[in-house]
Amino acid sequence: MAEKRRGSVADHHVTKLLGSSDTRRHSEQHSGGTMVGWTEAERRAIRYVWEKIEVDVVGPQAVASVLIVYPWTQRYFGAFGNLSSVSAILNNSKVAEHGKTVLNSLGLAVKDLDNIKSTYAKLSEFHSEEVNVDPDNFRLLADCITIVIATKLGSAFSPDVQAVWQKFLDVVVSALSREYH
Amino acid sequence: MVVWTDAERAAITGIFSKLNCDVVGPNALARCLIVYPWTQRYFAKFGNLYNAAAIMGNPMVAAHGKVVLRGLDKALKNMDDIKKAYTQLSELHSEKLHVDPDNFKLLADCITIVVAGQMGSAFTAEIQAAWQKFLAVVVSALCRQYY
Repeated sequence: MAEKRRGSVADHHVTKLLGSSDTRRHSEQHSGGTMVGWTEAERRAIRYVWEKIEVDVVGPQAVASVLIVYPWTQRYFGAFGNLSSVSAILNNSKVAEHGKTVLNSLGLAVKDLDNIKSTYAKLSEFHSEEVNVDPDNFRLLADCITIVIATKLGSAFSPDVQAVWQKFLDVVVSALSREYH
Repeated sequence: MVVWTDAERAAITGIFSKLNCDVVGPNALARCLIVYPWTQRYFAKFGNLYNAAAIMGNPMVAAHGKVVLRGLDKALKNMDDIKKAYTQLSELHSEKLHVDPDNFKLLADCITIVVAGQMGSAFTAEIQAAWQKFLAVVVSALCRQYY
């Protein structure tokens, strides 16, 4: 079900970009390297969100959330020490460090929206070849990042802004998943 | 049967006590239609859904948002047998409305984001976990008559 959802969102973005309703044809073009298009309004919205958040706060909270809300994800962090309770996870310094690492890489994507695929190429190889992360988990972390941002921004995280931010994270998740195909 | 810890019950009840359902429902449904535009296909009779502003101001969207949250309240009041409480709703959505059940998860996600935005830092990771479990059970109950 997660795969179908990922497919429909990606197909939708490509369909919107190319202006046709034949999603099958556009899936083929998408995997062949169609670039994501960003309008000026979308670029502004992404920068707007980015400027409002503290990377060193949001990152740790989002990674901690993933480990708490989706406990099977803890299997990837065997080397992180004590993850045996909610407070252990929230106080774990390696979890916090990894949260900052994740958000800092998102910052690279924000600064170069037109080259997200190449920004994430090595990270994608790393997560697939070395860390062997199931790519469904990227979406879970993206969802937690979005929720933490919603708690920080309140009503400033309007529906329009949410739509653009989720599109941005979809593109990042897709780039991270690329070396798996 | 789904088992709820006392902490989970408290978290979920606590969230409902803080929410204005007449605000959350409309906001969440509007978001769903804006963030996942293909969902608009189910609301062709709702009039103007042409852009985000139109959707946010659409009274039929707002009214249906309130209906959805009232349905969620029914789940809260029947937490130990949400499956049974949702039997007719599930039949309605599958037999009459023909809603693709994937969309229930999308609306649930939007409800979570609205709740998170309203609660701010009070929406901790633990509370998020309990809330998402609750919505997952509701979504599962809604999907049941499709099989």
